[in-house]
Amino acid sequence: MLGANSKDKFMDIKSVKSQFPIFKNKINGKPLIYLDSANSSQKPGRVIDRISKFYSKEFSNIGRSVHTLAVTATNRFEETRDLVKKYVNAKSREEIIFTKNATEGMNLVASTYGEKFINKGDEILITELEHHANYVPWHFLRQRKGAVIKFAKCNDKGEVEIDEIKKLISNKTKIIGITHLSNVTGAILPIKKIVDLAKTKKIPVLVDGCQGAPHLKLDMQELGCDFYAMSCHKMYGPTGVGILYAKKEWVDKLPPYQGGGGMIEEVKKDNITFPGSPTKYEAGTLQTAEVVGFSESIRFIQDVGIKNIMQHEKEITEYGVQELKKNNSVKIIGDPKNRGSIISFTIKGIHPHDIATILDEDGVAIRAGHHCCQILHEKMGIAASARASLGVYNSKEDIDVLSNAIKKCNKIFNK
Amino acid sequence: MDLKELYQEIVLDHGKNPRNKRKCKDFNKDAEGHNPLCGDKVHVFLKLNKEKKVEDISFEGEGCAISIASASIMTETIKGKEFNVAKKILEDFLNMLKEGSKLRINSLNEDQNTTMMSLSGVKQFPMRVKCATLAWHTFLHAAENKKEKVNTEKGNL
Repeated sequence: MLGANSKDKFMDIKSVKSQFPIFKNKINGKPLIYLDSANSSQKPGRVIDRISKFYSKEFSNIGRSVHTLAVTATNRFEETRDLVKKYVNAKSREEIIFTKNATEGMNLVASTYGEKFINKGDEILITELEHHANYVPWHFLRQRKGAVIKFAKCNDKGEVEIDEIKKLISNKTKIIGITHLSNVTGAILPIKKIVDLAKTKKIPVLVDGCQGAPHLKLDMQELGCDFYAMSCHKMYGPTGVGILYAKKEWVDKLPPYQGGGGMIEEVKKDNITFPGSPTKYEAGTLQTAEVVGFSESIRFIQDVGIKNIMQHEKEITEYGVQELKKNNSVKIIGDPKNRGSIISFTIKGIHPHDIATILDEDGVAIRAGHHCCQILHEKMGIAASARASLGVYNSKEDIDVLSNAIKKCNKIFNK
Repeated sequence: MDLKELYQEIVLDHGKNPRNKRKCKDFNKDAEGHNPLCGDKVHVFLKLNKEKKVEDISFEGEGCAISIASASIMTETIKGKEFNVAKKILEDFLNMLKEGSKLRINSLNEDQNTTMMSLSGVKQFPMRVKCATLAWHTFLHAAENKKEKVNTEKGNL
């Protein structure tokens, strides 16, 4: 395992990959080439072991009982919150809310902020790049309140330029919802600039950080956004956990989200009062073991070093783009100046589903479909695309296997 | 799993050069089908005469090689058949994809039989079975005047 002292050195990819037990398995008799990390990442052994240890030695429900196990479990759970707070550089632990996924985080914002601050005719500004998780919750609000949703255009390179946002801001704009890193074009958006612009108009910004969080250095105070939704299972963590970062001034102002046990202060027949954040947003028994397991994902990322991860993924992504471009039948979607580790593509005359099936036979796992971005695919005039998305465990060799498997698609279909 | 079983020559040919991919003249029934998971879409047009015979059948749509080939093969196989016979062919086809059984129907000629059988490899690829069955379910919806769109994820098949 890489220790803290390796942070400054370029990491040893083999050592990192060997920490993921899934790669011991063969897929269709071939080594697994996992290129679907934007969908969900694989888990290092230490995360899996942590969950197992928690259930074997420390499990109890949290925040309720006074017995020893309850105290231990509560401590482990809250330690994870502290770890996350530090990792994303939030100001206070009240700003870190555990949700079941990033989708729930965005629904939480749309529901609570929307309920309180968005009325008929008010505008919600999102972009054509958004995942359905940052559109559908706003659509519900549009239906409920008669609000208007505006879409900032994405350019030919698959980016959203700040001018497109500027153009659409009006005195009716009540919130901006925007992705940090497009899960289709791979474009990394200039969030800080957008937040700075929004601040001059006093408009809060919700960032969909599903693809940003696993691959970019996070600093909430520097970024300055009001909300940032993360998906832990894309961060080498367990499924069932998401994190919503919400600025203190908002969690103090906004109403609770879901009602139930654990999120109350006092319950009377005629009145109920609520505690502060994060308690008021965490109704019912949470995914305790998974949250505790996630602490090891953060430690894993810290041990490898997010800067190392970024440098490594950049190198492999650039190699991937370069290799895929060599194949004339391949068309890469978007050409962003600042690309995260996502390469979506189409192959002339071959439907993405057929590509995915053929690649799978060589152990190559990619995603085919609209990747929950129908608006964007419609704009590009295609129903679906194929997507190779990288993680810390990928290497140039993986790209070579991908390129060869794509040639096999050409061979089957161009007989 | 064997890719050669899935992408047989006949399937690839129908996928690349689909037959009856157009809106047929004088259709009196039609239905749309959609697989929201992968974006496959099909629109089946049907001319069913008074004797309930499939006088003409065609389709429009977009999708993977398997879904287009299957729609193409369906129109070729069903055209000219009595509706009751067409329904039996459909049942046979679904059984072939779900249970792996051989085609039992005796109203197909050898060519038609071979063409239908070319889709039997799909059974080994469970994620692709819906691609192959979408057009067939949509045909049934059209013939039976069901108003609801066929949606592979709504359980209305």
